[in-house]
Amino acid sequence: MSLPSYIRTLAGRFFHRSELADDMEEELRSHIEHRADDLERSGLDRATAERRARIEFGAQERYKEESYEALGGNLLDTLLRDVRLAIRVLRRSPGFLVAAVLTLALAIGANAVVFGIMDGLILRPLKVPQVGTLLGTHYGDGSGFQSYANYLDLRDHNHSFDDLAAFNMVFVGLGKGNDPAAASGFSATGNYFDVLGIHPFLGRFFHASDEHGPNSAPYLVLTYAFWHSRFQDDRGVIGRVVQLDKHPYTIIGVAPPGFQGTILFVGPDFFMPIVNQEQVAPEGSLTSRASIHSIFETFGRLKPGVTHAQATDDVNAIGASLAKTYPKEVSHEATKLARPGLTAFAGPASAFVAGLMLLSGLILLAACANLGSLFAAHSADRSREVALRLALGSSRNRILRQLLTEALVISLAGGALGLMASVALLRKISVWQPFAGAPLHLPVSPDARLYIVAVALALMSGFLFGIVPVRQLLRANPYEIVKAGSSPRLGRRVTLRDTLLVLQIAICAVLVTSSMVAVRGLVRSLKSDFGFEPRNAMLLGANLGMAGYDGDRVLPAQKRLIDAMASIPGVEHVGLVNNYPPLVYTAAFRANMFKDETRDLSNANAASAPYKYEVSPGYFEAAGTHLLAGRSFDWHDDKNAPPVAIANEEFARKMFGSVADTIGKFCRRQNGVRVQIVGVVEDGKYLGITDQLEPAIFLPTLQAPLNNAYLVVRSRSDPQELATAMRSKAREVDSGLPVDIRSWNDMLSVVLFPSRMATASLGVLGFMGAMLSITGIFGMAAYSVSKRLRELGIRMALGAKRTEVLKAALGRAVRLLAVGSATGLVLGILASKVLASIVYQATSRDPLVLAGVVVAMALLGVLATWIPAQRALAVNPLILLRED
Amino acid sequence: MSDQAQLLPGTLDLLILKAVSLGPLHGYGVLLRIAQITGQALLIEQGALYPALFRLVRQGWLQAEWGTSDNNRRAKFYELTTAGRKRFQEETESWNRLAVAMTTALAASAEQV
Repeated sequence: MSLPSYIRTLAGRFFHRSELADDMEEELRSHIEHRADDLERSGLDRATAERRARIEFGAQERYKEESYEALGGNLLDTLLRDVRLAIRVLRRSPGFLVAAVLTLALAIGANAVVFGIMDGLILRPLKVPQVGTLLGTHYGDGSGFQSYANYLDLRDHNHSFDDLAAFNMVFVGLGKGNDPAAASGFSATGNYFDVLGIHPFLGRFFHASDEHGPNSAPYLVLTYAFWHSRFQDDRGVIGRVVQLDKHPYTIIGVAPPGFQGTILFVGPDFFMPIVNQEQVAPEGSLTSRASIHSIFETFGRLKPGVTHAQATDDVNAIGASLAKTYPKEVSHEATKLARPGLTAFAGPASAFVAGLMLLSGLILLAACANLGSLFAAHSADRSREVALRLALGSSRNRILRQLLTEALVISLAGGALGLMASVALLRKISVWQPFAGAPLHLPVSPDARLYIVAVALALMSGFLFGIVPVRQLLRANPYEIVKAGSSPRLGRRVTLRDTLLVLQIAICAVLVTSSMVAVRGLVRSLKSDFGFEPRNAMLLGANLGMAGYDGDRVLPAQKRLIDAMASIPGVEHVGLVNNYPPLVYTAAFRANMFKDETRDLSNANAASAPYKYEVSPGYFEAAGTHLLAGRSFDWHDDKNAPPVAIANEEFARKMFGSVADTIGKFCRRQNGVRVQIVGVVEDGKYLGITDQLEPAIFLPTLQAPLNNAYLVVRSRSDPQELATAMRSKAREVDSGLPVDIRSWNDMLSVVLFPSRMATASLGVLGFMGAMLSITGIFGMAAYSVSKRLRELGIRMALGAKRTEVLKAALGRAVRLLAVGSATGLVLGILASKVLASIVYQATSRDPLVLAGVVVAMALLGVLATWIPAQRALAVNPLILLRED
Repeated sequence: MSDQAQLLPGTLDLLILKAVSLGPLHGYGVLLRIAQITGQALLIEQGALYPALFRLVRQGWLQAEWGTSDNNRRAKFYELTTAGRKRFQEETESWNRLAVAMTTALAASAEQV
């Protein structure tokens, strides 16, 4: 038969399955009737004749099946019949079925979720054409390209990129009328969209040709999501004018759906030309080479033939030459170019997700081991049935296929359930906004790849645990089994099932250890000393620029805000800090500081690069930062007074040797200004909670005003009421000023986010591990008790003590548990070293953790063997012995 | 039962082809014809016929068509295709060669060796 016609018949069978079946059915019936006719003629009555004919015909079902196979081995039919039989068999043991399906659903669901996250974050980055050819600098790499002037030089002098784009993040008050609300966006170079190669959904994008110097391009491109939520999909927005920090901007286009800028986990509201950046973000200077707030990242597409390494060398050469030409403004560290999207998080995020993938893979493996032994026990119970079938001429192939079909039915059902759950969870994650103020967005969307992975995992695990009982069945000698019944060998040999159980318990112990290490680390990091007191402290973020304040109007407005907050009853202290307070939005800035005697103020000569904060009088009291020596700032430290500063302990020690020696000493800022240290405060955490001891310097806001600032309000009042009072007071000062009011503890959740996520996911995996070990041990113990009930009954009848009975029934399960736990604990401790890099203060050499794991595993063991033990003790020898 | 011989593997196909070569037959008819031409000497379980019939159809040596039997019942009639006829001749020749060889071999006596 030629291939096309073969395919046609196959396809025909696929669609006309019932026609074929009817045809065959009719033919066989016709045969039996013909035979019955003959028998009737020989003198039998019709009913007897038909019955005889049917008997003579033989096993109709078997011949039908063979006939189907003869007709072309229709896989689908065979499969359907196998599946039907499998479901019939499984329905006879619903407990086993439910346990198996749920176990797999959990394990496959966990894997699907982790894969979904990995797929969204790492495997498939930005949704732009040919994303693989994009390459760029990343934020905080120290390469010097956080300044617009340096970016221009890099763009114009490199030999590696076709074109180089750049972007920055801006936070503005966006108003359609007189009602500004906080919005976030990207300020992007004119070539941004052209380098990415994407096209607008509506209207147009801005281009390099729109840039004609500072503030020359007041255009706005909305993201699709923002257009949808804020402008209700109104196609008439093109051409409309909106206010950005009180400056008019014209909406010219809407970006395509799914395009969320060039940082994966950030979802901006709009894009604006970077040449207009100074209007909305005064710190994002376009002219100052020293600025590190003008550009977030640069990226471009490599010219054909240029390698990654060549481009990296090229960029570093330009950075080095800029640092040489402008020693005071530019410093350059060699950087490695990277794919845009994950910025500086690419490394840790990949490592973390890979770690999660590994752990969830282990979960699946443990689940398979679990099901494998359950399945083996289940099939051992059926060994008599299998032996009978073998004896009656069923082929081993057929039985094998049947067993595998049963395994696959379970695994596919579990996979389907797990997939449904994971899709629901991923959908939740993709619309999840963990922080109200930050445009965080996790681009995970369940799609075909996820489904394929889930199905593949289900099939794979089905084969894995389905194959376990095969060996034991095929070895079976039907004669022996039918003769002897299903009593087990009582040998002490280590069986495959034992190995599987130890493996599974070891894996679970690894998971339990890891999650405990992570939880302990998180608890410790929450208790550690931040150098300020986040409890009872409210933050009020106000960017006066959003309400149109600038220049000399900023300080008086901020003073009015401080006074307004201080007038709320119950408020103890109020202070203000420019930009962001410590540990908020991982946004901390450093400044170069020089010894007083240094004359050449180039970057290389800096004595220290402490974190720099500008704070108002009253800030330290409001923040709860202890003053160790000297004085705090007061309202006389303004621009007419001599420049002063307050150092933290670490800075004092590094710069001047000791705290006592520091007060009254001078040091220099990069602009040459001499500042006198008037006070020293305690050390603290600034950028993130994993900070080591870092130097920091505090300058008075009165000498360096900035319109973007946070007020710290310390009060023991109820946070809800306090927030309401603060909002109404702020409105009294300026009703058009958008404010962001949150407790400092809430804001910490942003910096704690990675370790919290790590802890949560490890906790979930650890919990699943624990559940799996319970079901595994329970299955094993219950099975061994049920197999040996008769033996136990005899022992009881002969006067064995309860402890002896228990030892006989459960000793093996307990020993396996001990071996598995010990192995897992050792492996878990090794694995925890990896964890320490993500979870702050996670250490495996923590006696509490070790004890916790041992206790947890022991508890799990007791829990899992409790019911089987009760059953073993409740044995009534008389009834048992009567049964057989 | 003891006077009926078990079928050698592969011989059922040849018997079916032979039976059908004498004229179109339905399934039960094939069985009757085989019983008749073998003098009831061979045992074929009735159901076992059908997988063999379907296999031969699939291999393209038989073709089937619904019709009406002598008993005035609907039945599916099988006949040889052209390829089937050729195949039948080849199979017959090869069987005859085998049979001759076997007969000769089994008839050999000590003196002939």
